[in-house]
Amino acid sequence: MLDLVWLIPALPLAGFLLILLFGRILGEPRAGILATAMAASAFVVTVGVYLDLLSRTAEERHHVVTLFSWLPVGTLHVDMALLADPLSITMALFVTGIGSLIHLYSIGYMHGDPKFSKFFLYLNLFVFSMLMLVLGENLLVTFLGWEGVGACSYFLISFWHTRDSAATAGKKAFVTNRVGDWGMMVAMFLAFSAVGTLSYEGINAAADGGKIAAVTATGIAMMLFVGACGKSAQLPLYIWLPDAMEGPTPVSALIHAATMVTSGVFLLTRMAPVLHASYPWAGDVIATVGALTALFAATVAVAQTDIKKVLAYSTVSQLGFMFLAIGSGAYVAAIFHMVTHAFFKALLFLGSGSVIHGMHHEQDMRKMGALRKLMPVTGFTFIIGWLAIAGIPPFAGFWSKDEVLLYAFANNRLLWLIGVITALLTAYYMTRQVIMVFFGEARWNDHAEENGAHGDHTPHESPWTMVTPLVVLAGLSIVGGAMQLPFSKSTKFLEHWLEPVVHHSEVSIADTWAYSNKWLLLVVAILIAVSGVVAAIAVYSKGKFKIIEPQILADAWRYDSAVSAIVGGPGRAAFGGVAAFDAKIVDGAVNGIGTEVRAASGLLRKVQSGLVRSYAFVIGLGAVALLAWFLLRGIL
Amino acid sequence: MSFMLSVVQPTSTWYLVLSAVLFGIGTIGVMVRRNPLIMFMCIELMLNAVNLSFVALSSQIANIDGQVVVFFVLVVAAAEVVVGLGIIVSIMRRRTSLTVDDMSGLKG
Amino acid sequence: MELFVFIVAAAMVLGGALGVVTRSNPVHAAMSLVLTLFGIAVMFVSHNAHFLAAVQVIVYAGAIVVLFLFVIMLLGVDKAEDLSVEPITNQRPLAAIIGVGISAIVIAAIVSSRAGLGASGEGVDKTTLESPDANIRQLARVIFSDNVFAFELTSVLLLVAVIGTVVMARKTKAVGTGK
Repeated sequence: MLDLVWLIPALPLAGFLLILLFGRILGEPRAGILATAMAASAFVVTVGVYLDLLSRTAEERHHVVTLFSWLPVGTLHVDMALLADPLSITMALFVTGIGSLIHLYSIGYMHGDPKFSKFFLYLNLFVFSMLMLVLGENLLVTFLGWEGVGACSYFLISFWHTRDSAATAGKKAFVTNRVGDWGMMVAMFLAFSAVGTLSYEGINAAADGGKIAAVTATGIAMMLFVGACGKSAQLPLYIWLPDAMEGPTPVSALIHAATMVTSGVFLLTRMAPVLHASYPWAGDVIATVGALTALFAATVAVAQTDIKKVLAYSTVSQLGFMFLAIGSGAYVAAIFHMVTHAFFKALLFLGSGSVIHGMHHEQDMRKMGALRKLMPVTGFTFIIGWLAIAGIPPFAGFWSKDEVLLYAFANNRLLWLIGVITALLTAYYMTRQVIMVFFGEARWNDHAEENGAHGDHTPHESPWTMVTPLVVLAGLSIVGGAMQLPFSKSTKFLEHWLEPVVHHSEVSIADTWAYSNKWLLLVVAILIAVSGVVAAIAVYSKGKFKIIEPQILADAWRYDSAVSAIVGGPGRAAFGGVAAFDAKIVDGAVNGIGTEVRAASGLLRKVQSGLVRSYAFVIGLGAVALLAWFLLRGIL
Repeated sequence: MSFMLSVVQPTSTWYLVLSAVLFGIGTIGVMVRRNPLIMFMCIELMLNAVNLSFVALSSQIANIDGQVVVFFVLVVAAAEVVVGLGIIVSIMRRRTSLTVDDMSGLKG
Repeated sequence: MELFVFIVAAAMVLGGALGVVTRSNPVHAAMSLVLTLFGIAVMFVSHNAHFLAAVQVIVYAGAIVVLFLFVIMLLGVDKAEDLSVEPITNQRPLAAIIGVGISAIVIAAIVSSRAGLGASGEGVDKTTLESPDANIRQLARVIFSDNVFAFELTSVLLLVAVIGTVVMARKTKAVGTGK
């Protein structure tokens, strides 16, 4: 079964090609059904590979399938190879699983859209690229997937490209990601020059064996982190993620909550030995950036009025948590939080999509309210998602967030404090969102005339294709914590599972104050979450305190506009200078050579007189020279 | 006089030197004359010089191959003359006072 | 006796050569060429190359020079060329240098290799009264056995040359508006 791991990306690729050729003929809904079937069968194969891996011992869980030799160039040998090991199969499981659910959801959500099949074309291509990213055996195959998901993100964000804002958002995402990609490429160059190979096995073995100097390892790790900042939307490159909400909601759920933005976390975990071999401050930089991003985004989410923007900033914040875990050396906690976050964030996004669909594409939360009775299933599942992200036990988010905070405390108390404040704010703004959307008064009645004549204004529940994934994800959000319960060693299933991948690099906190008092910290986490919920209820539901939503938070601390000012002003001047340099100096040099050659040939042309006797003279001269040479050679 | 005539034998070296001189005269003629037909005749002089040296050497080293070569040179020279004169005729058909210097169409 | 023949023949050769180079009238130059060719033929005979001497006279002097004269008469270039003016600067001194140079180098080569030229082949059959066709017999034997391929090629060459010249020198009929 393990040898069939190549089927996992091949099925979505086949779906992409089939829809590319026959999409227009298939039409709605058959194109959607085909794409969903491809993603679902990829999930089935992944489950099979997972069971096969499970049946082996821990040392044997590392299977490479080489498809062909991709780049045999000089000393660089890169194969198109896929690696099936615990980390990659974990990623593949939730990519294909959640991907299939979102494909199913999209059949209902994109109903009636003229570009229905094109949507599924891009979705399948995205799933293929993401699977190449996680299943890659070397940095180059991962980079192939990395670029692929970036391109698909661009296609899908600007799906409704006739809208200016959507087209601009797509370009912004692509360009910002490119800056991150530069970091990843430099990391690849460094890795190749240090180790001589791009395969993970080679690089990690060299890092474990101490063959990479700490300076080089730090360089590689920091450059990979730059790439991760771009893809996983950390400060300073997070600016594309909120704008990416211009895309259809399934896109936001799949790409910008569950899968693409987790690539950075995945990459750093994959290259954990390199990070472990770096200077200690490298981890601190990652953890600090993660924590600050988490806090920043949480403060901004408090003041957002668009239902999807709240969730976008929430994603940035939760990703910050994951990087905080990685920087503290807790790779298992980071992956744990990534998986649970995928469940509840996808649930929340899909739920918001259901709300938007039911409200006839209204996205402003100030115009919603009291939807719980009209959209019962959506409301119920959204509430489960809310409880999970707020960190209320026994839902999945609580266990993973607690794990992250535990390791953060063991590493750096200040960062733990930032994490705790962020958790408080997370509970606060998510409760705010739930109250504004599902409880309270029905504010959509007041704006019924503003929205124009749609016919039936009353919000309604969504079709079964959209509701089923919500239910499945809600169930996962409830029980997802079971994979890593901190009660005893035998319940820490995820840690055992990922041990072959991260065992050298995972930090051990067994003998710290934090570990011995982990129950105390657990109680603190529960108290923080509950107090955030209570505060939000007090402000928004009961009206006991004034609503505080300062404008500067709504503008995201004006960071985005600052970046635009810098790039548009001095940035544009610098780019103009570079372009002028290219036109004048580079092109000038090349053209100059041409002009010089022409001038020289103009001079040489004058030798040709056209007179036969001159030619005869020159021939004679040559003959004399030749004969003289032969004679002298013979005599001397 | 007859004593001298019978003592000094012309060796093949003399013939070879003669052929070298003839070759040189032919070369000078090609470069100095402007009438294309006379230039052609000077080229024939050079060919004959070569023929002479082949025959002289063939009798010196007692090998008949030298004479075989002269045979072929003769045939090829004949063919060459035919083609060359055909060219000259087609160029000079209209204007008969042309010299080689006037045919400078290859001037760069 | 041989010396006498050599002197006379050499005089013919050199005199004719100088005549070709210096005579301004093309017909005179052609006559000088004939003198040179005869001298060469005499020298062939003194080297026992009787067949070649005959062929030289028949083909060279008899056919080629006649062809030259045909063309001279056809084109009417019997007008003398003006030898006193030389349009290309320094052409005559340079030509003299080249000509003398080539001759000098070849003579030097000849003189320096005098000693090394010994017999190396199977001998040249001399024509005597008993075997008057010895030379032509030997020549024929070698040409038609060892060099028969070259012989066939040269015959093809002659054919090609003749056909090519006929095609090339044709007056093309003007199509449409005549010249």
